[in-house]
Parts: sequence; C-alpha cells; structure tokens
Amino acid sequence: MLAAIGVRSIEELFRDVPAHVRFPTLNLPAALAEMEARWELETLAEANVTTADGPCFLGAGAYRHFVPAVVDAFLRRGEFYTAYTPYQPEINQGTLQAIFEYQTMICALTGMEVSNASHYDGATATAEAVITAINVHRLKRHKVVVSPFVHPEYRAVVRTYTQGMGLAIVGDEDPEAGLPPMNNEQWDNEQLDGETACLVVQTPNFLGQIEDLAGLADAVHARGALLVVVADPIALGLLKPPGAFGADVVVGDGQGLGVGLNFGGPSLGFFATRMEYVRRMAGRLVGQTVDAEGKRGFALTLSTREQHIRREKATSNICTNEGLVALAAAIYMAALGRGGMRQVAELCYHRAHYAQQRIAEISGFSVVGDKPFFKEFAVRCPQPVKEINDYLLEEEGIIGGYDLGRDYPHLKDHMLLCVTEMNPREEIDLLVEALGEM
Amino acid sequence: MKLDPEARYAKTHEWARKDGDKIVCGISDHAQESLSDIVYVELPEVGDTFERGDTFGVVESVKAASDLYMPMGGEISAVNETLGNSPELVNQDPYGKGWLIRFSPSDPTEFDGLMDGAAYEAFVAEEG
Repeated sequence: MLAAIGVRSIEELFRDVPAHVRFPTLNLPAALAEMEARWELETLAEANVTTADGPCFLGAGAYRHFVPAVVDAFLRRGEFYTAYTPYQPEINQGTLQAIFEYQTMICALTGMEVSNASHYDGATATAEAVITAINVHRLKRHKVVVSPFVHPEYRAVVRTYTQGMGLAIVGDEDPEAGLPPMNNEQWDNEQLDGETACLVVQTPNFLGQIEDLAGLADAVHARGALLVVVADPIALGLLKPPGAFGADVVVGDGQGLGVGLNFGGPSLGFFATRMEYVRRMAGRLVGQTVDAEGKRGFALTLSTREQHIRREKATSNICTNEGLVALAAAIYMAALGRGGMRQVAELCYHRAHYAQQRIAEISGFSVVGDKPFFKEFAVRCPQPVKEINDYLLEEEGIIGGYDLGRDYPHLKDHMLLCVTEMNPREEIDLLVEALGEM
Repeated sequence: MKLDPEARYAKTHEWARKDGDKIVCGISDHAQESLSDIVYVELPEVGDTFERGDTFGVVESVKAASDLYMPMGGEISAVNETLGNSPELVNQDPYGKGWLIRFSPSDPTEFDGLMDGAAYEAFVAEEG
C-alpha cells in the first residue's frame, strides 16, 4: 500500500508533523494491570449512590422503569449492536425490519398514522415537531404557543433549535398562570391566533398532571394551527392516546421503554404524525415493500431528510436516529405487549396514588392541585427540598424527589415525587416513615 | 432532449409558455431526465406573488431535491393539483400534463429575455 501511494516508509507518512511533536513524551503514570485498573475504577464508582442501592422517587423526565432481561439479550447480538445507522440501507433488512416494527408500535401507542425512525430524545423531538409545524405553514406563521408545564428543558431546547428562525415562542413566560391547574378555556385567549403555527402541551405534564385534551384540538384547528402533544409512552399504556383527541404531532421520550437510566443517556425521541405531514418530518422513515420476486422487504422510504436529498433545504440538521435504543424500545414493547404495558401503567398509577394519599397525611406536607395525575405529583414541604433530600439520602439511603423551585420560583419548597412499578409498597411506606420523622 | 416549440427556457431549466394573458410554467425534459423519478412536488399557493428568479417551489426525486425558480415575475393563479397523487406526470409529460404553475406576469416583456429552444439546447450542451 505504501508503494501504491508513492511513500517509502511509515515514518515518511508523518513527515508533515513537526519532529518535536511527532512522538512526544507524555506525562502519564505507568500503565496499570487489568486487575489494578479495575480495582481503581470500582473504588471510584462505589463513591456514588445509584438507583440499584435503594429506593428512588426521582422522575422529572428520566424514569426508573423496569428493563426486562430480554432487552439486553437481543440488543447485544452483534448483528444489531454494531450496525446502527445503515448507509446502504436495503442490504440491512434485519435492521430495517426492526425499525419498521418500532415505528408501527409507536403509531399504535400514540394513535397516529406514521412514525419516523426516532430522534435523539424527547427534547429534540419536540423541537422537530415545532419546526414541522412551521414548515407546514410554509414559514408564513411565526408564533408558537407552549404550555408552561412542558418539561423546562424541552422548552429550552425548542428555543435553542429555533433561534434565528424569527419565531415568537410564548405561553410559558408566566408559569404562575396555570396554578391552580389550568383548564382548556385558558388556551382560548389572544395567544392562540392566526399567527400561531402550533400549540405544544405535555401530558402527563411536568407536574405529573394529566391534561384534558378533549376539545383542545378543535380550538387549535379552528385557528389553523397544529396541536403538538408531548406524551409519556408508559402512560399511554393506560391513557387514551393523543391521536384519538386529534393531535397533529405526538412526540416524547422513550427512555422508559426498556432503555434504563444510563446516567442520563442515550435516550430516544419518538415522533409520530399524520400522513399529510410526512414530508415535513425530519429523520428517517422505513417502509415495507416487495422485491423483484414479490417477496416482502424493507426500504428507507424517506431517507434522512437532511443528508444527500434535501441538504441545505432540509428542515433540520439531525442526520441520524437512535437505532439501537429504538430497537431496545421495540423489544420492550413487543415483550410486554398491550396487556403488559397496561399492567405497568396501572402499577405506576395505583402506587403513585397510594403514596400521595399517605404523604398528604403527614403533618407539614400538603398536596398541590386537584387534577388527575399518573405517576408523579407535587407536594408542598415544610422545609426546603434540598434539606429533605439530603436527610433522606444520608439517613435512609432514599433518593428523594425533584426540587420544583429550580424551574418555577413560586413552587419553592415543592417536591415532585415519582412512583413507578419499581417502587414496591414497602419502599413507599419507608419514605412516608422517613418524612414523618423529619 | 424534447423541446416545446411554443416555450422559452430559463438557465435554471424551467420553461414558460403564453396561455392567453397568463403564463404556464414547468421544468424542461432535460431537467426531468436529470432528476430521475420525481416523487414529490411542493407548489406555492394561489395568490402568492414572486419576482423573477424567486424560489416558488421544490421538486423532489429519489436522487435530489431542487428548488424551482420563477422564469418571470407574477402572481400565481393556478397550480397543478394532480401532481399531488401523480408526481410522475412531470417525468412523463413535462410540457403537457406535468405543468407546474400558471401565473399572471407582472412584466410580460420578461418572456423575451428567456432562451428559445435552439439557444436552450446549446446552453445545455455547453453546461455539460
């Protein structure tokens, strides 16, 4: 090969690198044996408390849901593990079929007509939904109305992604508008108008409340705008899907679908919409077809809308999908099935309600809001949330809830607690006891 | 390469043809052949106004997505709705059933600034 490129030796390949930096002496400690390296890393890791060490009641967008063993058993197969984004897609029928199945299940879960092959996470999927709405209106409408109870980080990402597009993102400037829980008439105000491209709501919202979508789509469509719903896929095992309420785009984070917490990532953003908007959708779409011999096969029907096809005319610069993570979600949904997902959702629902009931009885703690909720709820605490969480962790080894004061100043001293199928009753009782003793 | 005897051509491969006091516009046979199978055409809305050279839409094929440019300035009076279900008409009959838009020209003399068939053919040959 050296001869083919006209070079005499390996050293000659590096001749453009100045001699004094070619093979510098690095100030690194001596190499460790595998045993020593492992011991050192394990010691470091043991300084952390993880969700495996004790009860966890923290949610706020990343959830401790069960990851069945079947997910990893298939995920780690070499055929799936290595080839995440097919660039010669049709030669990779197995990967395409897995993505097709994932898309199909997301449609069933959300009640929508078409799903793409996934985005990075719920936040970017939400940003893409907003951009889709802007493009559906051919860049003629520049206002986006967002509920203040869409996840704060999702709203921040939407603003980051759309900067420079000349959009006015409104509706969440005053987060106090909405407590007590808002009703749908709230949207029928001057914010939703003929300049609005879309309304973005989340259900269950960041406070865990189930938003009433009935009639909302009609109000939004009456103004020619799109309804974007950010949904929790685990909740959809139990709740009526946003598609049935007339949503135009449904997005969310699929981390709860057998992905695990993984110290914050990777995650999975799902995106589902109506067929009429399919070409405004970013990302990939796998389709089912037949080959020259009439046998079923899969193809990238819509190649990533950003690379090689639309390029600078693309609506997004996201050129990928979360192939492996989408596969994990597909395995999870297939393994649990409709019945299993309903069971998971019911466990979350009932345990969260049990926890809320018991905590409401502790003096000093009070429940916030009277809207129905799913797996998370807010409580007002007698002390700052940080103090309570430090106590819970140090004394009881319990990971407490989220400090809502971080994002909503008027919710200082309010804790967002999350209860899932992973919190047995005994853990909830432990938490209640610990809070009572404070 | 097929040409339409009544059409004149832009350097960006759109053709324009007089239709009463309106102008009909599409893409040339050379353009549709270069693009290969067209799968989608994004057209403007009736009433939209453009100047010569403005982008009025996008044509998408299996290989590429290309902007469509107004050969003359004007206000859109009609768009070819059949392309929604049958984008392949642009490949099959680019000067007939594959027409894209009809518009009222803001300055009809801009038509004379376009190339005739022979000039367009030479232009394409030179473009390589």
